[in-house]
Amino acid sequence: MSAHEHADGHLPHEPEKATLEGRNKVLGFWLFLGAETVLFGTLFAAFIALRHQTLDGPTADHLFELPMVFAATMILLFSSLMSVFAVQAMHQNRVKAMIVWLIVTILLGLCFLGLEIYEFNTYVSEGHQFATSAFSSSFYTLVGFHGAHVAFGVLWIGLLIAQIFKKGLTVVTAPKIYVSAIYWHFIDVVWVFIFTVVYLMGKVG
Amino acid sequence: MAAHAHTVKRYRGLMDWLTTVDHKKIGILYLIAGGLFFIVGGLEAMMIRIQLMKPMNDFVGADTFNELLTMHGTTMIFLAAMPMLFALMNAVIPLQIGARDVAFPFLNSLGFWTFFAGGVLLNISWFAGNVPDAGWTSYVPLASPTYSSGHGVDYYLMGLQIAGIGTLLGGINFMATIINMRAPGMSFMRMPMFTWTIFITSALIVFAFPVLTVGLVALTFDRLFHANFFETGSGGNAVLWEHIFWVFGHPEVYILILPAFGIISEVVSTFARKRLFGYSSMVFATVLIAFLGFMVWAHHMFTTGLGPVANGLFSIATMLIAVPTGVKIFNWLFTLWGGSIRFTTANLFAIGFIPTFVMGGVTGVMLASAPADFQYHDSYFVVAHFHYVIVGGLIFGIFAGLHYWWPKMFGRMLNETLGKFTFWTFFIGFHLTFFVQHFLGLLGMPRRVWTYLPNQGFDTMNLISSVGAFLMGIGTIFFLVNVIASAAKKQKVADDPWEDGRSLEWSIPSPPPEYNFKQLPLVRSYDAWWNEKQKGNAEMPPAEPVGSIHMPSPSILPLVMSIGLFAAGLGFMYDHLIIAIAGLVVTFGCMFLRSVFDDHGFHIEPEEQEKGVHV
Repeated sequence: MSAHEHADGHLPHEPEKATLEGRNKVLGFWLFLGAETVLFGTLFAAFIALRHQTLDGPTADHLFELPMVFAATMILLFSSLMSVFAVQAMHQNRVKAMIVWLIVTILLGLCFLGLEIYEFNTYVSEGHQFATSAFSSSFYTLVGFHGAHVAFGVLWIGLLIAQIFKKGLTVVTAPKIYVSAIYWHFIDVVWVFIFTVVYLMGKVG
Repeated sequence: MAAHAHTVKRYRGLMDWLTTVDHKKIGILYLIAGGLFFIVGGLEAMMIRIQLMKPMNDFVGADTFNELLTMHGTTMIFLAAMPMLFALMNAVIPLQIGARDVAFPFLNSLGFWTFFAGGVLLNISWFAGNVPDAGWTSYVPLASPTYSSGHGVDYYLMGLQIAGIGTLLGGINFMATIINMRAPGMSFMRMPMFTWTIFITSALIVFAFPVLTVGLVALTFDRLFHANFFETGSGGNAVLWEHIFWVFGHPEVYILILPAFGIISEVVSTFARKRLFGYSSMVFATVLIAFLGFMVWAHHMFTTGLGPVANGLFSIATMLIAVPTGVKIFNWLFTLWGGSIRFTTANLFAIGFIPTFVMGGVTGVMLASAPADFQYHDSYFVVAHFHYVIVGGLIFGIFAGLHYWWPKMFGRMLNETLGKFTFWTFFIGFHLTFFVQHFLGLLGMPRRVWTYLPNQGFDTMNLISSVGAFLMGIGTIFFLVNVIASAAKKQKVADDPWEDGRSLEWSIPSPPPEYNFKQLPLVRSYDAWWNEKQKGNAEMPPAEPVGSIHMPSPSILPLVMSIGLFAAGLGFMYDHLIIAIAGLVVTFGCMFLRSVFDDHGFHIEPEEQEKGVHV
């Protein structure tokens, strides 16, 4: 059960599940994502209940510009794909490739965040502020929670890259990489729902 | 297993308790903290009953009364009942499944300290002079910034938010523990009933608590940042809060009662000296109750005006829950039937639980009928109902569990004579307090009123109810005396002090060594330890040779992280953003340290194991 027996060279086939600690971490993280699903589900429910309550503020149809949101969606989807490549590289024990893919992952994540900040900034200048209406409050809370998750993910994966440089790929670091990749996919899936429920449904009314 | 010579600083005294990641010690911490909050919530209840003892009483004012009933409900549910359940699950679950610890010992400690920080934050509201007063359900618009302008509700929001993190971590931890850490041979259908109920309860926590998190966040945003979730004037929706609260709140009551079902199953089976009747139907009933528990939240909102279709569906779904619950009741009765029953204190509480809980269940079915509920709604009938299921169900269950597992947790027996005094005073006091409240409700006495006029037929029954409350208080004092008396004794008890233990926790010393099992046991049947005893074996067959045991290191980080969250909560409430940010920096800084510095843990070698318990 000791976590560092394989440190000298040979990594087992799936290093993230080689130790009981690793298996616990992966399982526990899936359960955590179950809780996160309920969290976002509730935020979606609140948004859907309140999305037509725009009062005097701008409506969703008026605000949203689909090309930019579509670009953000693509960026995040590709970012998720990059983390798939990173995990594949990890399974092939190609550490350098893994680090490169992870760096691309967080760069795309940063691009997404940049676009989101630009987007929010534009909305605010158009009179769509946090306290404007029930629609605006629930919009910023839902999309902002997602944005905060992206920001946390970028910082987390960045920290993990630094750890890989320092410690190398071991049965201790591998579960962390694997779990952060699951997290990143989850954030991506949530965004697909936001794209559909918030933006597309906002356009069709 | 290679021997690593990691030297780990081993703390003693207070530092040991502040840094421990041992599930048994964390269980004791939960018990102490939960017990303290139970006393606080109990004193609040006493003050409520003193105020209502006679008509037009002026023991407390109307505002104070609102604060008392809010804090009584919130404290009892989140800070007393749940932590005492967490105490028992921490103390018992790893032992019952034959594990050396939980899946995430560090998170376990973090869960305790965040709960404690949240509980303390909620309760310092008494000293800050701004006490939550919008009820434990904190309905808007009563709790909205317009109608509740002080910081009272902020304390509720921040306190529960922080305590909720701890609960969620506990839920994830125990699910992962039960799935991944069972001893060889311990299949799901060989797990003791208490383990099953904790598994299902943990699943309910994982899927219900995030809903509360979002509700609290939304109301916090409304109050602190002028958001409009529940502000009808700005397009918000007050009914949304009711939905969010009860989508969490109804599973929450099953989070509370399912573990009690598990405890009763263990106690009844042990002291009837019989295998639990209908084990598989018991498991199925537990799962079904948990599933249905998510489908019935709107029965708390029958009078909100959701319409006859919604009310009808939620009415039927609610009544359905009576079926699996009835299965459980009959299983306990058939377990007792024909057993050679020992009336220990634990078993008295378990046997007292059965009819009491049935009464609470029957009023539950009455309330589930939407047209009838329009009459019962907001009356003392509802108060009587939920105290029958929560006190008569959960608290009886906790008392049964504490008397039953006390020797395993502390290595000392509780005195049986004092225990019987505890049971009879508490049991009689409970029924005196709450039985009459059914009739008070039917006569029309509304809940949450701070006083009432004489000669409405309320006077005598309120007096009886208050007398009963004092009797419950005396019962609790008997229990505390018992605890203190047992602590004064230096007596070590046997591994299996009841001699009829059935599950794995009774196959190891009381209290267990910090690694629990010197060799992980091989589980060959349900009621594993009972069956080995029947075969004439003095101990469980081992599943591994004696060897070096890997243990996680203690850590101060969970405590520091919780203090950070505590400071952040206060900072946000009082608009001191610097303090808020500093608190969050401390918390996230600790997460950073935890990620960067690997915990290699340490090993306990076989020679050390021979020396016995490490304390």
